Amino acid sequence: MQKYRINPDEGLEFGIYTLGDHLPNPETGERISAQERLKEIIEYAKLADQAGLDFFSVGESHQEYFATQAHSVVLSAIAQATKNIKIGSSSTIISTSDPVRVYEDFATIDLISDGRAEIIAGRASRIGLFDLLGYNVRDYEELFEEKFDLLVKINEEEVINWEGEFRAPLRNASVLPRPKNGSLPIWRAVGGSPASAIKAGYAGVPMMMAHLGGPVSVFKRTIDAYRAALQSRGFDPAEFPVATAGFFYAAETSQQALREMYPHINEGMKKTNGQGFPKQHFAQGVDPQNIMNIGSPQQIIEKILHQHEVYGHQRYIAQIDFGGVPFERLMKNIELIGTEILPAIKKYTKKK
Amino acid sequence: MKIVGLSGSKVGSKTRTAMNYTIDALVAKYPKIEVTLIDLAEYDVQFSDGRNYLEYEGDTGYVTKAIMEADAIIIGTPIFQASIPATLKNVFDLLPVNALRDKIVSMFVTAGSAKHYLVAEQQLKPILSYMKAQIVQTYVFIEESDFHRKEIVSDDVLFRIERLVEDTVVLTEAYGKIREEKDAEYDF
Repeated sequence: MQKYRINPDEGLEFGIYTLGDHLPNPETGERISAQERLKEIIEYAKLADQAGLDFFSVGESHQEYFATQAHSVVLSAIAQATKNIKIGSSSTIISTSDPVRVYEDFATIDLISDGRAEIIAGRASRIGLFDLLGYNVRDYEELFEEKFDLLVKINEEEVINWEGEFRAPLRNASVLPRPKNGSLPIWRAVGGSPASAIKAGYAGVPMMMAHLGGPVSVFKRTIDAYRAALQSRGFDPAEFPVATAGFFYAAETSQQALREMYPHINEGMKKTNGQGFPKQHFAQGVDPQNIMNIGSPQQIIEKILHQHEVYGHQRYIAQIDFGGVPFERLMKNIELIGTEILPAIKKYTKKK
Repeated sequence: MKIVGLSGSKVGSKTRTAMNYTIDALVAKYPKIEVTLIDLAEYDVQFSDGRNYLEYEGDTGYVTKAIMEADAIIIGTPIFQASIPATLKNVFDLLPVNALRDKIVSMFVTAGSAKHYLVAEQQLKPILSYMKAQIVQTYVFIEESDFHRKEIVSDDVLFRIERLVEDTVVLTEAYGKIREEKDAEYDF
């Protein structure tokens, strides 16, 4: 775990992620400018840092209603604006980028942030960026596998000799600068299904599992499949961290949390995915056996501790800002996390 | 209320003929409903390549978006090689897995002989159920002998089309009210 800068004795890590969406607030119908949204995200990271959270990450999406296409540039600003919090991508679409450039960017962010940068690499859930960036979507799977392998190789070897299908060969190449402590934590983003998790296991890399909602027990199968795949390739699962990522919203009561969050998720998903989120499913989100962390601070503490007991994972990251949530509500959530939720989670998951 | 009439084939005229009668019956009885007729013979729809339906352009984007915005869909389909035509299956393949959630779907079938009667039951309905449609269970089955020179010559078929239209609208209204009441109960 040390290689991935995680000390399980310190308890479950708690972080925040944003996809960098840029959507109107459904309550007012108004959308802030892209500039305001970017400044908000940087401010959001600062607040998370001040509240003592472990991690903050920003996603890369190239479609309409998003503002962090240049997510590494945003992370660089966050590196400068924060002090202690670990920072990363959620995720970097490695398939449509050059791994050399991605590594240069993140190693630089690591130096600026004094050793706090991480990469979570994903395959993209939407494929519009393949046209935009000049790639063929028919190579969807191979592009990711080849480029992800190269990214991991650059991380592990100072002098690279490499050849592949989608990029010119590298001969005795040095990819510089090197990160502060020699290497970066590089995770594989997994969409929640066991089939995808197995690939992270075979590759011997940490897994970041994203989920919309559903029973805690169903996602356990994905985590089990990941660890079994690690083992089948001779890796020790105890050395590889697992992180989960999903919707989070805390308010005084679960009903208030549902009321404040639902319109943002529903309207935001209509715009970005073309279908809303059924109320029936969302209402089940507050159930203790549901993986969505929505409710009162006490209910959320119990949910997260239950998930930790079932998964034995090392990090949870919360998505709170999707769909034009007003900044004062994000501030309120960070305050609840910092003062109530985080201390309780650390208290119960720390090794004594 | 928005209803799309989807004529599912590029071949022949029977399905389109029956769709014309269906749309006419719908407009005559329910003039306030917003009706869109999509005859796949008139559109150049590409094969599904897995992208989100919002990302298709041109005719493909038009067809997918019109269906996703509808409250109800009346499908007309011929039977090809013991199944639905590829053109119609492709429309389903272009859409998300839950695309028909909260939508009412009804259908009529045109066929050369009565031997095809159960094809809709065994091949079309399972797709609609998988995509989470609320299905109008009774469908209208129309045979070659019910048509003459692009007209329907069977009063029985015409009566059944009228009933199909009414059943579609009644179920759409009823389901909409139930959903609305249920959603209000959630109180968020």
